[in-house]
Amino acid sequence: MIQTIAKTNMPVDEVLRIRKNHIQPENISSSKRISIVTGIHGDELEGQYVCYEIARRIEEHPECLKGTVDIYPALNPFGIDSVTRGIPAFDLDMNCIFPGNTDGDMNEYLAAEIIRDLQGSDLCLDIHASNIYLTEIPQIRINELHTETLLPWAKIANVDFIWVHGTSTVLESTLAFSLNSRNVPTLVVEMGVGMRITKEYGDQLTDGVFRLMKEMGIWTGPAPEVRTPVISENPDDVAFLNAPVSGIFIKTRSHGSMLKKGDEIGRIVDPLRGTLLSVITAPVDGWLFTVREYPVVDEGSLLARILQNV
Amino acid sequence: MKQSVLFEIKALYRDNFRVTGFTFGEGEESICIVGSMRGNENQQLYACSRLIRKLTELEERGRILPGKQILVIPCVNPYSMNIKKRFWTIDNTDINRMFPGYDQGETTQRIAAGVFNAIQNYKFGVQFASFYMPGAFVPHVRMMKTGFESVDLAQQFGLPYIVLHDPRPFDTTTLNYNWQIWETNAFSIYTTNTQRIDRESAKQAEEAILNFMEKQGIIRYRGYSGYHSRVIESRDFIPVRAEDSGFFEALVHPGEEVDEGQLLARIYDPYLGTVRYTLHAPAHSTIAFVHDEAMTYQSTAVLKLIREEDY
Repeated sequence: MIQTIAKTNMPVDEVLRIRKNHIQPENISSSKRISIVTGIHGDELEGQYVCYEIARRIEEHPECLKGTVDIYPALNPFGIDSVTRGIPAFDLDMNCIFPGNTDGDMNEYLAAEIIRDLQGSDLCLDIHASNIYLTEIPQIRINELHTETLLPWAKIANVDFIWVHGTSTVLESTLAFSLNSRNVPTLVVEMGVGMRITKEYGDQLTDGVFRLMKEMGIWTGPAPEVRTPVISENPDDVAFLNAPVSGIFIKTRSHGSMLKKGDEIGRIVDPLRGTLLSVITAPVDGWLFTVREYPVVDEGSLLARILQNV
Repeated sequence: MKQSVLFEIKALYRDNFRVTGFTFGEGEESICIVGSMRGNENQQLYACSRLIRKLTELEERGRILPGKQILVIPCVNPYSMNIKKRFWTIDNTDINRMFPGYDQGETTQRIAAGVFNAIQNYKFGVQFASFYMPGAFVPHVRMMKTGFESVDLAQQFGLPYIVLHDPRPFDTTTLNYNWQIWETNAFSIYTTNTQRIDRESAKQAEEAILNFMEKQGIIRYRGYSGYHSRVIESRDFIPVRAEDSGFFEALVHPGEEVDEGQLLARIYDPYLGTVRYTLHAPAHSTIAFVHDEAMTYQSTAVLKLIREEDY
């Protein structure tokens, strides 16, 4: 059933609606509820396929559904519609305004209504797609404050990597932090790249969602075996590579590659002069789990992340 | 006056990115003033340019006191200003959400680090800031409540209001917050506008800073005495919200005193031209903020008021 969880009048002949697909069996036997949210950033589309695929598989075997599945494919519908990462017209990152305020402005109100509707979920997945600049292997990021609650769920979500990162005050404005603080366990998934859909990753994560649903007692149907993720809890294990010069980055290694120290990852070139500006090499042995996709780089632009001690 | 490049990045197809500083006097790093940090902050840049012109005159007349150094950085983000984009050119990040910066990090972190490195030892720091909502504000000094803020010092600007603000999580990466944490007495000055230049409020801000410098023994200057600022908490602003969307017509301006029940603004149906909603003053108050775009969204705080005591 399609439900509107928040709406507001636009100036010219339009209503902004945030909607969800509320899926329950006719004879519900489990009180458990899983919520799948995506589209906070309008340029991150990987979650669109996952939302579709979850609903499609449930529709294929409705008899296997025992609890509640809520799918929120577009928390920032105007952003998705206009290829805009933030909230159009406000130049505002929606993931910086949670938990919102029902008495606040339009965006604060929408954020508060999203939180209100998601409360009561037994598990939530917030699916992101990095951004248009970086490609990521399927991974779950966990704030160290919530490791104990989230790590057991993350391990069966069929991702390749779980990154437990340090706490940061600015992250307190995110949807995931707000939900975790309200005892709604929320996993942040990052995979693929902005403005694209990587079907292979979508299928992988969808398998993980059904595995989670099975563990929760929501689903009795097929749930493929899941892979064992690499888990990083030590911040020093992640090496960041930033561009030493401005130029055009030509990637030579794909994300997911295993690297030896000194292996080339890419080159920064100057097309105007036809010159090589810099060869980017791995500073350590490790696993290339993030790599630059967008070729234009300024000095300092992030090029890669490498996980050591894999 | 000495002009110097405080931070520079070589670019591929554009001229080098430069943050330029203008130094007056020599000696103790007394006060630093920072102007536009976002590509739409024309008023903030304009206010700095006025200040630079005035300080140049004062220096030529020997009015900067010995042992005192003043630094003005009129623009931290010329790249975005030149293409009329609010945030950073490639990745749309906000330099004022990157402090104290990281010199090995991403581009805007490096810019923030480069700037912060040049300015973190100043005794006083003033930033010409802008509000994230489009609109006009009554001129004021704003300080975050970090435990290091000083209302007595803020009074020395002589602006009509001092606004105290509880920092939210995303405020902890602003210049003002980090200046305070690193023991600079930091103030944000809000003039009336952002994108459009308002000469009167820029002049008022220029006078306010010169006034402050005079009181702190940095310059010799005889300007206006200014106001005894009224101190208010940002949470005490009374928001007046648009209960519907449409064309917005303000009938009042910042600084104007209004009576309880007075009509403040109207919202019109953009198809029919009929009034959809009228906004009235909930109390006897002074207008602090007025939305200044043609349209408004539903629930937007289009006006903010400061409550006045009844006679």
